[in-house]
Amino acid sequence: MKELLLIAIGSALVNNVVLSQFLGLCPFLGVSKNVKTSAGMGAAVIFVITIASFVTSLIYKSVLVGLNLEFLQTIVFILVIAALVQFVEMFLKKSMPALYEALGVYLPLITTNCAVLGVALTNVQKDYNILESVVNGVGISVGFTIAIIMLAGVRERIEYNDVPHSFKGSPIVLITSGLMAIAFFGFSGLI
Amino acid sequence: MNNKCTERLFNGIVKENPTFVLMLGMCPTLAVTTSAVNGAGMGLSTTLVLLFSNMIISAMRKIIPDRVRIPAYIVIVATLVTIVQLLLQAYVPSLYSALGIYIPLIVVNCIILGRAESYASKNGVAESTFDGIGMGLGFTVALTCIGLVREILGSGAVFGHTIIPENYHIAIFVLAPGAFFVLSILTALQNKFKAPSATNGSVPQSKLACGGNCMSCTGSSCMSNHEVLETRKRQAEEEALAAKKAEVARKEAELKTATSKKDE
Repeated sequence: MKELLLIAIGSALVNNVVLSQFLGLCPFLGVSKNVKTSAGMGAAVIFVITIASFVTSLIYKSVLVGLNLEFLQTIVFILVIAALVQFVEMFLKKSMPALYEALGVYLPLITTNCAVLGVALTNVQKDYNILESVVNGVGISVGFTIAIIMLAGVRERIEYNDVPHSFKGSPIVLITSGLMAIAFFGFSGLI
Repeated sequence: MNNKCTERLFNGIVKENPTFVLMLGMCPTLAVTTSAVNGAGMGLSTTLVLLFSNMIISAMRKIIPDRVRIPAYIVIVATLVTIVQLLLQAYVPSLYSALGIYIPLIVVNCIILGRAESYASKNGVAESTFDGIGMGLGFTVALTCIGLVREILGSGAVFGHTIIPENYHIAIFVLAPGAFFVLSILTALQNKFKAPSATNGSVPQSKLACGGNCMSCTGSSCMSNHEVLETRKRQAEEEALAAKKAEVARKEAELKTATSKKDE
């Protein structure tokens, strides 16, 4: 139990997926214009990464290791994730229209989000079992959501400020992310 | 022919440099540029994948059905990435451990799928290969430059040779925040001097439906992309239909004249 907690905190705060691993930067910089959409994106990412880390870990442990095909992991994972996102989208559309309304737009974007594949690969690299993989997935995606909502909050305020002309647009967003990354260094003594 | 190939090289390295101008593939750009050597290694691995993926995809562009082209491209790219990964593991283990998880993540680098979709799927094998080399080298040059700046500022070294004594190192530049700061200064300079860049809207529009601009992409643009693609498809179908009709009409007219001549 203690180990699981450590994995979750470690992946959510200490090794934050965006601010120290640089995975999932495109949505982090692109969809963080206001808090509401970034919360939607964060929720979709939590949803997909949790399912994806369970499924990929299951496939890796039960199929690839058994058949001695570990070297195929990249191909298998990317296809499984792409199919999974499609499937989740269809399932939500049919049976949970309310959730689909909220997350639907973001789901196709997530297929090419490197964080999803990144989580699947780290789970293998660190030799996590299935439960640990799911906990790691939840931790990483919660870390992503925290970071993107915080950035969106800051960006909403930057709108009203007088930013130097050359820094308007993405430069100021990058500086903000850099400062947030420094702040997240504060967590490094946590474990 | 030869001219076109050199033009593709120039286009990839200077005119449409994937990092500086198009702002594609930001994850590896920030993550692996802690030193110039790592940046160059990542750039060259990506170049290799890009070269062969462009070559194979353009060779198979008439075989792959339109509907399943993206999964097909992904399988091709993932295979190539696995090959590169195994080669690095066998022959350059130091680079392999330095780049770590970012080697398999080349699969989801938008530069590769972007080039496949916007260039290789429409052009011949030779041009596509050179397009891949050009784009790859452009990426390599950009990563090496960013890596060099971070290495000099952060650990006072150039390609591993220390030139600045340790007391004057600004260690933050080799850590995660430094990557954001360097990139931010770079884009700010581009804005200042009005250099072409995706961040100030002066970039030549990519042939991707979304403009290939990941930096300003929001979820909603997905829907409009879909519409754009649909209307394009419909237009193409209508044109094809009209051409067919015209063809039939022309043939009928020919037949008529032929029969009328016979009658005479």
